[in-house]
Amino acid sequence: MDYTATQSGFRQRKLQPSMHLRNSPGDGPDGSQLFEDTSRAGPGPQAGYRNQQAGPQTAGFPGQTLLSEPMSNLAMAYGSSLASQGREMVDKNLDRFIPISKLKYYFAVDTVYVGKKLGLLVFPYMHENWEVSYQQDTPVAPRFDVNAPDLYIPTMGFITYILVAGLALGTQSRFSPELLGVQASSALVWLIMEVLVVLLSLYLVTVNTDLTTIDLLAFAGYKYVGMIVGLVAGLLFGKPAYYLSLLWCCAAIFIFMIRTLRLKLLSEAAAEGKLVRGARNQLRMYLTMAIAAAQPIFMYWLTFHLVR
Amino acid sequence: MAFTLYSLIQAAILCINAVAVLHEERFLSKIGWGVDQSVGGFGDEPGIKVQLMNLIRSVRTVMRVPLIAVNSVCIVLLLLFG
Repeated sequence: MDYTATQSGFRQRKLQPSMHLRNSPGDGPDGSQLFEDTSRAGPGPQAGYRNQQAGPQTAGFPGQTLLSEPMSNLAMAYGSSLASQGREMVDKNLDRFIPISKLKYYFAVDTVYVGKKLGLLVFPYMHENWEVSYQQDTPVAPRFDVNAPDLYIPTMGFITYILVAGLALGTQSRFSPELLGVQASSALVWLIMEVLVVLLSLYLVTVNTDLTTIDLLAFAGYKYVGMIVGLVAGLLFGKPAYYLSLLWCCAAIFIFMIRTLRLKLLSEAAAEGKLVRGARNQLRMYLTMAIAAAQPIFMYWLTFHLVR
Repeated sequence: MAFTLYSLIQAAILCINAVAVLHEERFLSKIGWGVDQSVGGFGDEPGIKVQLMNLIRSVRTVMRVPLIAVNSVCIVLLLLFG
Protein backbone atom coordinates (compact mmCIF):
# COMPACT_ATOMS: atom_id res chain seq x y z
CA MET A 1 0.00 0.00 0.00
CA ASP A 2 3.02 2.26 0.06
CA TYR A 3 2.84 2.95 -3.60
CA THR A 4 -0.76 4.10 -3.62
CA ALA A 5 -0.22 6.00 -0.40
CA THR A 6 2.58 8.11 -1.79
CA GLN A 7 0.79 8.54 -5.05
CA SER A 8 -2.47 9.56 -3.45
CA GLY A 9 -0.60 11.68 -0.92
CA PHE A 10 0.87 13.64 -3.77
CA ARG A 11 -2.48 14.12 -5.42
CA GLN A 12 -4.09 14.87 -2.11
CA ARG A 13 -1.73 17.75 -1.65
CA LYS A 14 -2.87 19.09 -4.97
CA LEU A 15 -6.52 18.51 -4.31
CA GLN A 16 -7.37 19.26 -0.72
CA PRO A 17 -7.64 22.99 -1.14
CA SER A 18 -9.46 22.56 -4.41
CA MET A 19 -11.95 20.13 -2.92
CA HIS A 20 -13.56 23.12 -1.25
CA LEU A 21 -13.60 24.95 -4.56
CA ARG A 22 -15.10 22.06 -6.44
CA ASN A 23 -17.92 24.13 -7.82
CA SER A 24 -15.54 26.24 -9.82
CA PRO A 25 -13.37 23.76 -11.63
CA GLY A 26 -11.52 26.55 -13.35
CA ASP A 27 -9.31 27.07 -10.31
CA GLY A 28 -6.00 25.57 -11.28
CA PRO A 29 -5.13 22.85 -8.80
CA ASP A 30 -1.46 23.05 -9.59
CA GLY A 31 -0.78 26.67 -8.84
CA SER A 32 0.21 27.33 -5.27
CA GLN A 33 0.50 23.68 -4.27
CA LEU A 34 4.10 23.49 -5.34
CA PHE A 35 5.13 25.09 -2.09
CA GLU A 36 2.79 23.26 0.22
CA ASP A 37 4.46 21.78 3.24
CA THR A 38 4.87 18.04 3.21
CA SER A 39 4.27 17.42 6.89
CA ARG A 40 0.59 16.85 6.35
CA ALA A 41 1.05 13.25 5.34
CA GLY A 42 -0.93 11.87 8.30
CA PRO A 43 -4.57 12.03 7.38
CA GLY A 44 -3.48 12.09 3.78
CA PRO A 45 -3.55 8.46 2.69
CA GLN A 46 -7.16 7.70 3.58
CA ALA A 47 -8.58 10.96 2.30
CA GLY A 48 -6.24 10.91 -0.62
CA TYR A 49 -7.37 7.46 -1.69
CA ARG A 50 -10.95 8.63 -1.86
CA ASN A 51 -9.92 11.75 -3.72
CA GLN A 52 -7.80 9.81 -6.10
CA GLN A 53 -10.76 8.74 -8.17
CA ALA A 54 -12.02 12.28 -8.40
CA GLY A 55 -8.45 13.41 -8.99
CA PRO A 56 -8.05 12.72 -12.68
CA GLN A 57 -11.36 14.29 -13.46
CA THR A 58 -10.97 17.55 -11.53
CA ALA A 59 -7.35 17.93 -12.55
CA GLY A 60 -8.29 17.25 -16.12
CA PHE A 61 -10.81 20.04 -16.51
CA PRO A 62 -8.91 23.12 -15.48
CA GLY A 63 -10.48 25.59 -17.85
CA GLN A 64 -13.77 24.12 -18.88
CA THR A 65 -16.19 26.44 -17.27
CA LEU A 66 -18.43 26.06 -20.32
CA LEU A 67 -20.11 22.99 -18.86
CA SER A 68 -23.13 23.80 -16.79
CA GLU A 69 -22.89 22.92 -13.12
CA PRO A 70 -25.28 19.95 -12.71
CA MET A 71 -24.21 18.38 -15.99
CA SER A 72 -20.52 18.57 -15.21
CA ASN A 73 -21.02 17.20 -11.74
CA LEU A 74 -23.08 14.32 -13.09
CA ALA A 75 -20.52 13.60 -15.78
CA MET A 76 -17.71 13.68 -13.29
CA ALA A 77 -19.50 11.36 -10.92
CA TYR A 78 -20.27 8.91 -13.71
CA GLY A 79 -16.74 9.07 -15.02
CA SER A 80 -15.25 8.46 -11.62
CA SER A 81 -17.49 5.46 -11.01
CA LEU A 82 -16.51 4.04 -14.40
CA ALA A 83 -12.87 4.58 -13.62
CA SER A 84 -13.13 2.84 -10.27
CA GLN A 85 -14.94 -0.11 -11.86
CA GLY A 86 -12.31 -0.43 -14.53
CA ARG A 87 -9.59 -0.22 -11.96
CA GLU A 88 -11.18 -2.99 -9.89
CA MET A 89 -11.44 -5.23 -12.91
CA VAL A 90 -7.84 -4.66 -13.91
CA ASP A 91 -6.64 -5.29 -10.38
CA LYS A 92 -8.62 -8.49 -10.08
CA ASN A 93 -7.37 -9.90 -13.36
CA LEU A 94 -3.81 -8.75 -12.94
CA ASP A 95 -3.59 -10.35 -9.55
CA ARG A 96 -4.23 -13.71 -11.10
CA PHE A 97 -1.08 -13.60 -13.23
CA ILE A 98 1.35 -11.54 -11.24
CA PRO A 99 1.09 -11.77 -7.47
CA ILE A 100 1.06 -8.05 -6.85
CA SER A 101 0.68 -8.27 -3.09
CA LYS A 102 3.72 -10.49 -2.83
CA LEU A 103 5.68 -8.14 -5.04
CA LYS A 104 4.79 -5.22 -2.82
CA TYR A 105 6.52 -6.92 0.07
CA TYR A 106 9.76 -6.96 -1.85
CA PHE A 107 9.63 -3.26 -2.57
CA ALA A 108 8.89 -2.17 1.00
CA VAL A 109 12.31 -0.69 1.57
CA ASP A 110 13.67 2.54 2.88
CA THR A 111 16.93 4.41 2.60
CA VAL A 112 18.51 2.96 5.72
CA TYR A 113 17.87 -0.58 4.54
CA VAL A 114 19.24 0.13 1.08
CA GLY A 115 22.36 1.70 2.52
CA LYS A 116 22.99 -1.19 4.89
CA LYS A 117 22.33 -3.77 2.23
CA LEU A 118 24.68 -2.16 -0.25
CA GLY A 119 27.32 -2.09 2.44
CA LEU A 120 26.68 -5.77 3.11
CA LEU A 121 27.00 -6.63 -0.55
CA VAL A 122 30.40 -5.04 -0.77
CA PHE A 123 31.69 -5.90 2.69
CA PRO A 124 29.93 -8.87 4.26
CA TYR A 125 32.76 -9.92 6.53
CA MET A 126 31.76 -8.17 9.73
CA HIS A 127 28.09 -9.08 9.78
CA GLU A 128 27.26 -11.76 12.32
CA ASN A 129 23.58 -12.53 12.31
CA TRP A 130 22.34 -13.58 8.90
CA GLU A 131 18.96 -14.95 9.87
CA VAL A 132 15.77 -13.49 8.53
CA SER A 133 13.47 -12.56 11.37
CA TYR A 134 9.90 -13.70 11.21
CA GLN A 135 6.75 -12.17 12.56
CA GLN A 136 4.06 -14.73 13.19
CA ASP A 137 5.08 -17.04 10.42
CA THR A 138 5.49 -14.38 7.76
CA PRO A 139 8.87 -12.89 7.02
CA VAL A 140 9.35 -9.36 8.17
CA ALA A 141 9.36 -6.64 5.53
CA PRO A 142 12.82 -5.65 4.27
CA ARG A 143 12.43 -2.30 5.90
CA PHE A 144 12.82 -3.86 9.33
CA ASP A 145 15.34 -6.58 8.67
CA VAL A 146 18.53 -6.13 6.76
CA ASN A 147 18.76 -9.83 5.96
CA ALA A 148 15.50 -10.04 4.07
CA PRO A 149 15.76 -10.14 0.27
CA ASP A 150 14.23 -7.31 -1.68
CA LEU A 151 13.68 -6.52 -5.32
CA TYR A 152 14.45 -2.82 -5.25
CA ILE A 153 18.23 -3.16 -5.29
CA PRO A 154 18.26 -5.78 -8.08
CA THR A 155 15.92 -3.73 -10.26
CA MET A 156 17.82 -0.51 -9.78
CA GLY A 157 21.09 -2.37 -10.19
CA PHE A 158 19.98 -3.86 -13.47
CA ILE A 159 18.91 -0.52 -14.88
CA THR A 160 22.09 1.16 -13.66
CA TYR A 161 24.16 -1.64 -15.15
CA ILE A 162 22.61 -1.04 -18.56
CA LEU A 163 23.24 2.69 -18.30
CA VAL A 164 26.83 2.20 -17.20
CA ALA A 165 27.31 -0.29 -20.02
CA GLY A 166 26.06 2.31 -22.45
CA LEU A 167 28.47 4.81 -20.93
CA ALA A 168 31.36 2.38 -21.24
CA LEU A 169 30.53 1.66 -24.85
CA GLY A 170 30.28 5.37 -25.49
CA THR A 171 33.77 6.04 -24.18
CA GLN A 172 35.05 3.50 -26.66
CA SER A 173 33.02 5.00 -29.51
CA ARG A 174 31.13 1.79 -29.91
CA PHE A 175 27.80 3.11 -28.81
CA SER A 176 24.54 3.04 -30.69
CA PRO A 177 21.05 3.11 -29.16
CA GLU A 178 20.26 -0.40 -30.32
CA LEU A 179 23.18 -1.69 -28.33
CA LEU A 180 21.47 -0.61 -25.12
CA GLY A 181 18.54 -2.84 -25.96
CA VAL A 182 20.87 -5.68 -26.87
CA GLN A 183 22.72 -5.37 -23.58
CA ALA A 184 19.47 -5.22 -21.66
CA SER A 185 17.94 -8.26 -23.25
CA SER A 186 21.17 -10.19 -23.04
CA ALA A 187 21.56 -9.54 -19.33
CA LEU A 188 17.89 -10.33 -18.78
CA VAL A 189 18.26 -13.64 -20.60
CA TRP A 190 21.24 -14.62 -18.50
CA LEU A 191 19.31 -13.71 -15.36
CA ILE A 192 16.30 -15.78 -16.38
CA MET A 193 18.49 -18.72 -17.30
CA GLU A 194 20.31 -18.54 -14.00
CA VAL A 195 17.06 -18.48 -12.03
CA LEU A 196 15.70 -21.42 -14.05
CA VAL A 197 18.84 -23.48 -13.56
CA VAL A 198 18.82 -22.79 -9.84
CA LEU A 199 15.15 -23.74 -9.66
CA LEU A 200 15.82 -26.95 -11.54
CA SER A 201 18.71 -27.91 -9.33
CA LEU A 202 16.70 -27.14 -6.20
CA TYR A 203 13.97 -29.43 -7.49
CA LEU A 204 16.40 -32.22 -8.30
CA VAL A 205 18.08 -32.15 -4.92
CA THR A 206 14.68 -32.06 -3.17
CA VAL A 207 15.57 -29.31 -0.81
CA ASN A 208 12.74 -28.38 1.51
CA THR A 209 13.14 -24.69 1.57
CA ASP A 210 10.95 -21.65 1.73
CA LEU A 211 12.86 -19.87 -1.00
CA THR A 212 10.40 -18.60 -3.55
CA THR A 213 11.16 -17.85 -7.17
CA ILE A 214 11.14 -14.15 -6.41
CA ASP A 215 13.70 -14.71 -3.66
CA LEU A 216 15.95 -16.43 -6.16
CA LEU A 217 15.44 -13.57 -8.58
CA ALA A 218 16.44 -11.14 -5.85
CA PHE A 219 19.58 -13.10 -4.97
CA ALA A 220 20.55 -13.38 -8.60
CA GLY A 221 20.09 -9.66 -9.02
CA TYR A 222 22.40 -8.70 -6.18
CA LYS A 223 25.47 -9.29 -8.32
CA TYR A 224 24.70 -6.23 -10.41
CA VAL A 225 25.93 -4.04 -7.58
CA GLY A 226 29.38 -5.57 -7.78
CA MET A 227 29.37 -5.37 -11.55
CA ILE A 228 28.57 -1.68 -11.45
CA VAL A 229 31.35 -1.00 -8.95
CA GLY A 230 33.82 -2.85 -11.13
CA LEU A 231 32.68 -1.11 -14.29
CA VAL A 232 32.82 2.36 -12.77
CA ALA A 233 36.29 1.70 -11.37
CA GLY A 234 37.39 0.45 -14.76
CA LEU A 235 35.99 3.51 -16.47
CA LEU A 236 37.62 5.92 -14.08
CA PHE A 237 40.98 4.31 -13.45
CA GLY A 238 41.60 1.82 -16.22
CA LYS A 239 41.90 -1.90 -16.48
CA PRO A 240 43.92 -2.72 -13.35
CA ALA A 241 41.35 -0.94 -11.21
CA TYR A 242 38.61 -2.89 -12.95
CA TYR A 243 40.25 -6.20 -12.18
CA LEU A 244 40.99 -5.28 -8.58
CA SER A 245 37.53 -4.01 -7.76
CA LEU A 246 35.92 -6.91 -9.60
CA LEU A 247 38.01 -9.34 -7.61
CA TRP A 248 36.98 -7.68 -4.39
CA CYS A 249 33.30 -7.65 -5.31
CA CYS A 250 33.41 -11.25 -6.52
CA ALA A 251 34.83 -12.40 -3.21
CA ALA A 252 32.28 -10.30 -1.35
CA ILE A 253 29.34 -11.67 -3.26
CA PHE A 254 30.64 -15.21 -2.91
CA ILE A 255 30.75 -14.90 0.87
CA PHE A 256 27.42 -13.09 0.93
CA MET A 257 25.65 -15.81 -1.06
CA ILE A 258 27.16 -18.63 0.93
CA ARG A 259 26.22 -17.09 4.24
CA THR A 260 22.71 -16.25 3.10
CA LEU A 261 21.96 -19.51 1.34
CA ARG A 262 23.50 -21.62 4.04
CA LEU A 263 20.66 -20.80 6.36
CA LYS A 264 18.01 -21.44 3.78
CA LEU A 265 19.21 -24.55 2.04
CA LEU A 266 21.01 -26.58 4.62
CA SER A 267 19.44 -28.29 7.54
CA GLU A 268 19.64 -26.51 10.87
CA ALA A 269 22.46 -28.58 12.24
CA ALA A 270 24.66 -28.12 9.24
CA ALA A 271 23.86 -24.45 9.03
CA GLU A 272 25.26 -23.87 12.48
CA GLY A 273 28.60 -25.15 11.40
CA LYS A 274 28.59 -28.62 12.81
CA LEU A 275 29.83 -31.22 10.41
CA VAL A 276 26.85 -33.37 9.55
CA ARG A 277 27.55 -36.53 7.65
CA GLY A 278 25.34 -37.93 5.00
CA ALA A 279 25.26 -37.74 1.24
CA ARG A 280 22.28 -35.46 1.25
CA ASN A 281 23.85 -32.71 3.28
CA GLN A 282 26.96 -32.95 1.22
CA LEU A 283 24.91 -32.53 -1.93
CA ARG A 284 23.21 -29.49 -0.46
CA MET A 285 26.56 -28.01 0.46
CA TYR A 286 27.81 -28.54 -3.07
CA LEU A 287 24.69 -26.92 -4.41
CA THR A 288 25.18 -23.86 -2.21
CA MET A 289 28.79 -23.57 -3.27
CA ALA A 290 27.85 -23.96 -6.92
CA ILE A 291 25.22 -21.24 -6.75
CA ALA A 292 27.63 -18.93 -4.98
CA ALA A 293 30.44 -19.71 -7.41
CA ALA A 294 28.23 -18.97 -10.40
CA GLN A 295 27.91 -15.36 -9.32
CA PRO A 296 31.55 -14.30 -9.88
CA ILE A 297 31.55 -16.14 -13.20
CA PHE A 298 28.52 -14.20 -14.36
CA MET A 299 29.95 -10.97 -13.04
CA TYR A 300 33.07 -11.41 -15.12
CA TRP A 301 31.21 -12.70 -18.15
CA LEU A 302 28.84 -9.78 -18.32
CA THR A 303 31.42 -7.03 -17.87
CA PHE A 304 34.72 -8.00 -19.42
CA HIS A 305 33.73 -7.02 -22.92
CA LEU A 306 32.85 -3.53 -21.76
CA VAL A 307 36.22 -2.54 -20.38
CA ARG A 308 39.03 -2.13 -22.84
CA MET B 1 26.70 -13.20 -26.86
CA ALA B 2 23.90 -11.03 -28.15
CA PHE B 3 21.07 -13.00 -26.68
CA THR B 4 17.56 -11.85 -27.07
CA LEU B 5 14.44 -13.01 -25.35
CA TYR B 6 13.37 -14.59 -28.61
CA SER B 7 16.42 -16.82 -28.69
CA LEU B 8 15.67 -17.89 -25.14
CA ILE B 9 12.14 -18.85 -26.16
CA GLN B 10 13.50 -20.75 -29.13
CA ALA B 11 15.96 -22.63 -26.96
CA ALA B 12 13.23 -23.46 -24.47
CA ILE B 13 10.94 -24.79 -27.19
CA LEU B 14 13.73 -26.93 -28.60
CA CYS B 15 14.59 -28.36 -25.20
CA ILE B 16 11.00 -29.21 -24.38
CA ASN B 17 10.59 -30.79 -27.77
CA ALA B 18 13.65 -32.89 -27.09
CA VAL B 19 12.23 -34.09 -23.79
CA ALA B 20 8.84 -34.81 -25.32
CA VAL B 21 10.34 -36.97 -28.03
CA LEU B 22 11.85 -39.52 -25.65
CA HIS B 23 9.83 -42.65 -26.08
CA GLU B 24 8.73 -44.50 -22.98
CA GLU B 25 9.10 -48.15 -23.88
CA ARG B 26 11.52 -48.01 -26.74
CA PHE B 27 14.13 -45.92 -25.05
CA LEU B 28 13.62 -44.96 -21.45
CA SER B 29 12.93 -48.45 -20.17
CA LYS B 30 15.93 -49.78 -22.07
CA ILE B 31 18.28 -47.50 -20.18
CA GLY B 32 16.55 -47.97 -16.88
CA TRP B 33 14.74 -44.66 -16.78
CA GLY B 34 11.24 -45.91 -17.27
CA VAL B 35 8.22 -45.10 -15.18
CA ASP B 36 8.06 -48.50 -13.55
CA GLN B 37 11.59 -48.18 -12.29
CA SER B 38 10.99 -44.94 -10.50
CA VAL B 39 9.05 -46.29 -7.55
CA GLY B 40 11.76 -46.09 -4.98
CA GLY B 41 11.57 -46.61 -1.28
CA PHE B 42 9.28 -44.61 0.92
CA GLY B 43 12.04 -42.81 2.71
CA ASP B 44 12.48 -39.11 2.34
CA GLU B 45 15.31 -39.48 -0.15
CA PRO B 46 14.00 -39.77 -3.69
CA GLY B 47 17.44 -39.22 -5.16
CA ILE B 48 18.39 -37.25 -8.21
CA LYS B 49 17.74 -39.99 -10.75
CA VAL B 50 14.18 -40.58 -9.54
CA GLN B 51 13.50 -36.86 -9.54
CA LEU B 52 14.79 -36.58 -13.09
CA MET B 53 12.65 -39.47 -14.24
CA ASN B 54 9.61 -37.92 -12.62
CA LEU B 55 10.40 -34.63 -14.23
CA ILE B 56 10.73 -36.19 -17.68
CA ARG B 57 7.50 -38.08 -17.27
CA SER B 58 5.57 -35.05 -16.07
CA VAL B 59 6.97 -32.81 -18.80
CA ARG B 60 5.92 -35.36 -21.39
CA THR B 61 2.45 -35.68 -19.96
CA VAL B 62 1.79 -32.01 -19.49
CA MET B 63 3.42 -30.49 -22.54
CA ARG B 64 2.20 -32.87 -25.24
CA VAL B 65 -0.83 -30.92 -26.35
CA PRO B 66 0.50 -27.38 -25.86
CA LEU B 67 3.60 -28.37 -27.79
CA ILE B 68 1.50 -29.22 -30.80
CA ALA B 69 0.06 -25.73 -30.82
CA VAL B 70 3.37 -23.98 -30.10
CA ASN B 71 5.23 -25.95 -32.75
CA SER B 72 2.59 -25.22 -35.37
CA VAL B 73 2.76 -21.53 -34.59
CA CYS B 74 6.54 -21.63 -34.79
CA ILE B 75 6.49 -23.44 -38.12
CA VAL B 76 4.02 -21.01 -39.62
CA LEU B 77 6.01 -18.01 -38.37
CA LEU B 78 9.28 -19.39 -39.68
CA LEU B 79 7.74 -20.13 -43.04
CA LEU B 80 6.27 -16.69 -43.33
CA PHE B 81 9.10 -14.60 -41.94
CA GLY B 82 12.19 -16.72 -42.26
